[in-house]
Amino acid sequence: MGGARRPPRFRFGRYLGVLPFFVFSGLFLIGPTVILAYRSLEAPDGSLTLDNYRSLTDPNVMAAYGMSIRLSLLTALIGGVFGFLLAWAVSLGGLGRSSRSGLSTFSGVASNFAGVPLAAAFIFTLGRIGVITSLFEWMGVDLYDTGFSLYGFWGLTLVYLFFQFPLMVLVILPALDGLKQDWREAAENLGATPRQYWRRVAFPILLPSILGTMILLFGNAFGAHATAYALTGGSIPLATLLIGQQISGDVLNNPGLGYAVAMGMVFIMAGSILIYSILQRRSERWLG
Amino acid sequence: MTISTAPVPVAAEAPAPGEPTKKRRLWAWLIFIGGAIYFLVPLGATFYWSLRAEKDVLGFEAYRRLFEDSRFWPSFTESVVNAVAAIILSLLIIVPTAYWVTLRLPKLRPVVEFITLLPFVIPAVVLVFGLIRLYGRPPLLLTRTYGSSRVLLVCAYAALSFPYMFRSVDNGLRAMDVRSLTEAAQSLGAGWATILRRVIFPNLRVALLSGALLTFAIVIGELTIALFMAQHTFGPYMAELTRSKVYEPSAMAVVAFAITWVAMGMIALITRSGQRR
Repeated sequence: MGGARRPPRFRFGRYLGVLPFFVFSGLFLIGPTVILAYRSLEAPDGSLTLDNYRSLTDPNVMAAYGMSIRLSLLTALIGGVFGFLLAWAVSLGGLGRSSRSGLSTFSGVASNFAGVPLAAAFIFTLGRIGVITSLFEWMGVDLYDTGFSLYGFWGLTLVYLFFQFPLMVLVILPALDGLKQDWREAAENLGATPRQYWRRVAFPILLPSILGTMILLFGNAFGAHATAYALTGGSIPLATLLIGQQISGDVLNNPGLGYAVAMGMVFIMAGSILIYSILQRRSERWLG
Repeated sequence: MTISTAPVPVAAEAPAPGEPTKKRRLWAWLIFIGGAIYFLVPLGATFYWSLRAEKDVLGFEAYRRLFEDSRFWPSFTESVVNAVAAIILSLLIIVPTAYWVTLRLPKLRPVVEFITLLPFVIPAVVLVFGLIRLYGRPPLLLTRTYGSSRVLLVCAYAALSFPYMFRSVDNGLRAMDVRSLTEAAQSLGAGWATILRRVIFPNLRVALLSGALLTFAIVIGELTIALFMAQHTFGPYMAELTRSKVYEPSAMAVVAFAITWVAMGMIALITRSGQRR
């Protein structure tokens, strides 16, 4: 306001400007995590201990982590490979511009179409009364007799892929655009076949991006709770569902272990985001 | 190597060496069709079920029942209000921060960037666990009443929007010359509040709108945090509906998909018209 007051306000303002952000993040992001971390290190008598982390070998916890990790790895792998192929098809496969913009808009929608509506959509497709299930029945095959269940591991895999593919497409499309025409021309001038070009030039350049994005997909599936909850209601062992049950009522009969399970998830997520950002930086050297 | 059939003047469009061969195009089509089937069948099946609520005829009965359900509109409106509040809160925090970091404290950028990415590291179920443990006990006790839990929920949603909001605002700031605009406004006698409100905000319209719409799409049907905070919002309502009714969930899923589609479509539109300018 007043010109005379400007210099001191200036120095203040330097940090005052970002203060709300740090306070807010401290209260609603960092604080809650720190309290879980602290509680996970606390013994019932209040002393510090690592016992809760040692108890992670509990069979219930191991089963939940195991299932979460397998589900996330599998959907990251399938989502990564097919998402890449889809992105390739619309960018370099020569399907034309409209298929490309259509796919990227759709991917934006589908990658955000998770949770309850997604679970419902698959119930109407592959649940006991689903359209595809009925179609198989009409052809004389009872899907649920063959051991398939939408509410089991393979069902969840199919459902998760609905948001895994699009995320892969969204992240990898720009990387594919970054492949320079010059590289291909240079390779061809040196006598390379398209296959050699892909194996020796394009693929090595894209590899860090592809791997990095797959790791991102891993984290995306690993932290997902709403879709699995809406679909199974908690009948399947998954790390996120276990934490949910631990919130509502101490199902592990050990509050400390519950905190350790939650922190374990944070560590795994942090690890995957870290590897993703390292690989992303590496790929920027060529594709930036 | 194939020869392009039409002369294309723009270098970037010239498909000469990389021009798709027939075989490649066939593969691309197969992959594309495979993907389309995977994505469209569940959506089509859901739409089909949503039309079947009346015996022997296809109609919009399921939608009528959904919209007439006594809990549909209250939960939906409550979620809209929460989403709008979270968006405003997030904007009020992120815009000054991003602006300040760009202009005055570039050294702080990695720290701010790191914090905005935390929602990717902390799964929603873990975040709500921590929030309940932190605020559910004396001396804070924010989870005691419905209203105070709701405040907590909105704050959590604002925090969840940080990655999208920061990135979008940051991109917007990079696209304009923040320093010159600020200096010009200052030389005309504007204070910080005026600069933010009348210079920075209007120039960021596209970025802010897309950040806001993305946040809306994520928050409107959010289940996990609302569920454990015992909120009667749209997410828990949809989960309850899916368990208890037969036809209405299909109409609900179609409506939810349409909402996401509208939000994303608007982002695409705004960004495109923003680039044209």
